[in-house]
Amino acid sequence: MAIEVRIPTILRSYTGGAKVVEGSGDTLNDLLTDLDSRHAGLRGRLVTEAGVLHRFVNVYVNDEDVRFLGALDAKLNDGDSVTILPAVAGGAFGFAAAAAIAQHVAAGRRVPVTLG
Amino acid sequence: MARYDSLLDACGGTPLVGLPRLSPTVPDGAPPVRLWAKLEDRNPTGSIKDRAAMFMVRAAEAAGKLRPGDTILEPTSGNTGISLAMVAKLRGYRLVCVMPENVSAERVQLLRMYGAEIIFSPAAGGSNQAVATAKQIAAEHPDWVMLFQYGNEANARAHYETTGPELLHDLPTITHFVAGLGTTGTLMGTGRYLREKVEGIQIVAAEPRYGELVYGLRNIDEGYVPELYDATVLNRRFSVGTRDAVLRTRQLVEVEGLFVGFSTGAVLHAALAVAHEAVRDGRRADVAFVVSDGGWKYLSTGAYGGTLADAEEALEGQLWA
Repeated sequence: MAIEVRIPTILRSYTGGAKVVEGSGDTLNDLLTDLDSRHAGLRGRLVTEAGVLHRFVNVYVNDEDVRFLGALDAKLNDGDSVTILPAVAGGAFGFAAAAAIAQHVAAGRRVPVTLG
Repeated sequence: MARYDSLLDACGGTPLVGLPRLSPTVPDGAPPVRLWAKLEDRNPTGSIKDRAAMFMVRAAEAAGKLRPGDTILEPTSGNTGISLAMVAKLRGYRLVCVMPENVSAERVQLLRMYGAEIIFSPAAGGSNQAVATAKQIAAEHPDWVMLFQYGNEANARAHYETTGPELLHDLPTITHFVAGLGTTGTLMGTGRYLREKVEGIQIVAAEPRYGELVYGLRNIDEGYVPELYDATVLNRRFSVGTRDAVLRTRQLVEVEGLFVGFSTGAVLHAALAVAHEAVRDGRRADVAFVVSDGGWKYLSTGAYGGTLADAEEALEGQLWA
């Protein structure tokens, strides 16, 4: 009973540098608990204290976003492939620039031209 | 239909074309499953971003926030910049684009040709450097106007008022709408409109999954979700890797004669997934997807020829959507 899990670069400190690890579970929640038993701390980076997926983490089962499949309750099957990625909007640069502007606007330097 | 007062008036009204060869075959007697491509590369500068650029500029003008001679600052990795450059030229504004070094050469040439000024953010510095560059420029020029496409409601409204109604008019039997997810403007605007008008419509997002170089060491606590994004508009969201996007891009030109950019390949991958599910379940489906741009701007990547592995390697570290 193996489910392949792809780990993003930033979280490989929990997997001894491994890009891909294996785990098992009937749901995503079970899988993350199983992974945490061998890679302590990994689950805590993906799931908030309130017990939901972290806002800036995207998890895909066979390339489909789990938030549309039941999130942590998403059902898993043997042979599934799970990919974990940091949330990036509109390409990495778009993400970076948008974050910068959001901070710029928050600092009150100028009211942005939006909501016209 | 074929005569317009100016180029800006020729924005939108793009063709919706059937893809009979790429649509899955259904068993005898089963309801039809058909794929339809909305050719947004037929817009004035060759991409769907013309719609958003025009709506954002008009909204800013109407609100009195943009006056002739003003400077627009836009951080963009491509199509939005090209669209804004054209609109800015015709409406009398100066455009400054901040973009990463690792975008295709064609994009840079196009922007300069339209009269935009470009400030590069070093690719090697990664996202932190891009953030620093954008912040610095904005701070140095408080009078420059930022349209901020990720949070500008006129971006989504462009699609609510134009793309959505066009699709419903051309394909009243539509069952699925599939498009790329970036700023989320296309999916939010079109999706909201179609949900209001078509019972049971499925709104499906396809987002690019780049090579590891692009994600780099991005910290999970520093992620970003565009202000425009509302997950309740979507029914499903697919992540499509470089290899699948290239495979579908090539398939589209080989089988149907449509020459498109790689982001459209990713969208087609998701559209085919939902089409094949409909076949499996014996359901009728009219799946419309967005061709966001043509392939011209990506030829220099070299990813249209050679093996899929070659193409994947050529696109590693590039923002192909």
